[in-house]
Amino acid sequence: MTKPKVGSKAIPFILPGVDGKEHSLAGYTDKEAVVVIFSCNHCPYARAWEDRIIQIQADYADKGVQLVAISANDAQKYPDDSFPDMKKRAQEKGFNFPYLYDETQEIARFYGAERTPEVFLFDKHGTLHYHGTVDDNYEQPNAVKSHYLRDALDAVLADRVPAITETTPIGCTIKWK
Amino acid sequence: MAKLYQRLRMKVTFLYYEDCPSYDVALERLRSAMTEEGIQAEIEIIKVETDEQVQRLRFVGSPTILINGQDIDPPPPEAYYALTCRAYQLEDGRISPLPSPDMIRRALRQSEASSKLKI
Repeated sequence: MTKPKVGSKAIPFILPGVDGKEHSLAGYTDKEAVVVIFSCNHCPYARAWEDRIIQIQADYADKGVQLVAISANDAQKYPDDSFPDMKKRAQEKGFNFPYLYDETQEIARFYGAERTPEVFLFDKHGTLHYHGTVDDNYEQPNAVKSHYLRDALDAVLADRVPAITETTPIGCTIKWK
Repeated sequence: MAKLYQRLRMKVTFLYYEDCPSYDVALERLRSAMTEEGIQAEIEIIKVETDEQVQRLRFVGSPTILINGQDIDPPPPEAYYALTCRAYQLEDGRISPLPSPDMIRRALRQSEASSKLKI
């Protein structure tokens, strides 16, 4: 499946969340921006960025930003990524955003996602404005120089085009069935 | 009585899975740590690509560094073998896809110390 390009429309989804509810993209039409992040439990890159993603949701919640994390990994081969383990992880880390399970991997394929984490930022009209990684340093949060996602969010919330709209996602490959 | 030591040749093995993007950084860290510690052993570099290799090598993720066959960060008993990236817990508790330089240096020193045999 072709990856959505900047300027293209969000691909709808309805997926189960670790909170026991179904979540759909259409449920966030009241938001100023929606950030879809393909993630998972076991990947060290996803885990290295986890606290920063939680902080971004906390910092931008009042501005109408909604983060949504989706895990699509094959839980047969990677048991840490099973739905029950996703529930545990979300609870342990105190995820302040929905954590959804794409068991069929259909949504990940529609989005053309390849890595965890991989970020897609949509504005209130569902238009993609940024795709790529969270920032430029997975290992040292204090050494980050380019806050790609935060900068893109600031631009979208100010009705501006982000200075950087595309970066290379850095992380584990999605584990396809 | 004089103490004589025989230093056994250190065997260093670096296993990686190409889909994990930081293996080259880890290899560079290993080389730097060995230089700093004055260790001249060759590094055996193994690219892990198949499930057969995963099982045979007991590969718990990329990168994995073995010194004289010992993992620099022994995985927990529940760890499973897989073609995947490996999570290291850093000294401050954070998770990283890379072992820290200190972690590598510590393992080299420990291995070197235990390889000195009193004759």
